[in-house]
Amino acid sequence: MTPLLSVHGITKSYGGHVGCADVAFDLYPGEVMGIVGESGSGKSTLLNCMAGHLTPDAGRVVFDTRMDGPRDTVTMSEPERRMLSRTDWAFVHQHARDGLRMGVSAGGNVGERLMAVGARHYGEIRNKATDWLERVEVDPARVDDRPTTFSGGMQQRLQIARNLVTGPRLVFMDEPTGGLDVSVQARLLDLLRGLVRDMGLSAIIVTHDLAVVRLLADRLMVMKSGHVVEAGLTDQVLDDPQHAYTQLLVSSVLQV
Amino acid sequence: MNAYNFAYLDEQTKRMIRRAILKGLAIPGYQVPFASREMPMPYGWGTGGVQVSAAVLTPQDTLKVIDQGADDTTNAVSIRTFFERTAGVETTTQTKSATVIQTRHRIPEDPLTEGQILVYQVPIPEPLRFLEPRESETRKMHSLEEYGLMHVKLYEDISRHGHIATSYAYPVKVEGRYVMDPSPIPKFDNPKLGDMAAIQLFGAGREQRIYALPPYTQVISLDFEDHPFEASKADHPCGLCGAKDSYLDEVIIDDAGGRMFVCSDTNYCTARQAAGHKGKDAA
Ligand SMILES: [Zn+2]
Repeated sequence: MTPLLSVHGITKSYGGHVGCADVAFDLYPGEVMGIVGESGSGKSTLLNCMAGHLTPDAGRVVFDTRMDGPRDTVTMSEPERRMLSRTDWAFVHQHARDGLRMGVSAGGNVGERLMAVGARHYGEIRNKATDWLERVEVDPARVDDRPTTFSGGMQQRLQIARNLVTGPRLVFMDEPTGGLDVSVQARLLDLLRGLVRDMGLSAIIVTHDLAVVRLLADRLMVMKSGHVVEAGLTDQVLDDPQHAYTQLLVSSVLQV
Repeated sequence: MNAYNFAYLDEQTKRMIRRAILKGLAIPGYQVPFASREMPMPYGWGTGGVQVSAAVLTPQDTLKVIDQGADDTTNAVSIRTFFERTAGVETTTQTKSATVIQTRHRIPEDPLTEGQILVYQVPIPEPLRFLEPRESETRKMHSLEEYGLMHVKLYEDISRHGHIATSYAYPVKVEGRYVMDPSPIPKFDNPKLGDMAAIQLFGAGREQRIYALPPYTQVISLDFEDHPFEASKADHPCGLCGAKDSYLDEVIIDDAGGRMFVCSDTNYCTARQAAGHKGKDAA
């Protein structure tokens, strides 16, 4: 089977400081990869390099495109990469504010990706937006309200709807539950797990929260100081950590 | 007769502006940056349009200046006077006899012809500005033809008002390529933008942008399949000349709140009255 995403030797440094170094892995269709580590571990740098927000110093990010099969997204033209990021890719930001248009209604937020790829029937766009609000458990009657009137949890669910409406094949998530209350986090995690299962989503989730990867990720990479120190099946890594740093991470979560 | 160079601007500046105009004509709808000069009038008074007019005027030209269709507003009069003084050109209020027409917020009712130039005063040239304030990003969106956001704006209109409520500065797509703000003309005027025989030039002074439509350019107003574009106007004939095909202003005529609808294009209206047409409110 061809990997959906194949990452080779991704390296990024800032001046003399290592962001991430020589990271490689394959992601197969329908798989969810978790990347965990503390802040400064390089996990966000890696995510941004893969999603095309940062240009790595070295390495390839090969995506299995619909049209032309596997292509290196680092060297493809900017128009092609931007097209990917509004069709087959999605990016869920930690802060809903960064991923939503706060001055645009919920329906307009969800409909934007549809309009970006040529949808020109208002009624159909609105119906699709309403359906998606229901799927992420936002009252469809709020379709014309702006996200500024939504709670933090609702904003995050709206951001997810806005990203998934075009049926992307790969979703990047950056601390999707970060900054939310614990009870709100739990509901969001349940929702994400349901969507991942129902849609067969492939995703890469960066988080410092081991509960998130325990629930969502099939496989796990543990990062420290820009390097991957341990990788494997999620349950295996969390239940039987081999690297001293992973052991420390796991034990600190047990104390919480 | 005057202490200025012809049409106020020095020759080098006019050449620079003409280069921007030619580039704009070569890439219809594309916003060309230019180094806007200080003009002896405040921004908002059409300094972009004035600079474009100054760059295209020749001593043989006949200039008409309108403000929302009228030749006699303070703004129109002061710009007309400015060019009478600095360029010594003939001026007129007749659309048909003008070779250069500078306009704020209207297209004349009389069809323009080959050889005429229509110069628009533009306050905000960037149609994507309202939803995407970063200029680096809007420039990229234009170059990559990423125009989904324009429809988000129209979507918002419908979701809030039940129909596309944008009635001025209604966005258009030029030759299937660039999305353009036609300046705050009423959308009633949008159909005249396309396939026009005259050259159309747009100047934004504060924003330092020039763009253009060469003659007979395809210009399409954006819309949705189930909410098609409509060039609407007040559903009345002109009270003075009886015209049913012209854009109308509503004017209050007495202290009792009486009102009537009259042509916003004053030259069109007076010419019709002179030819014997009469509306129901005519004296
Ligand atoms: Zn009239």
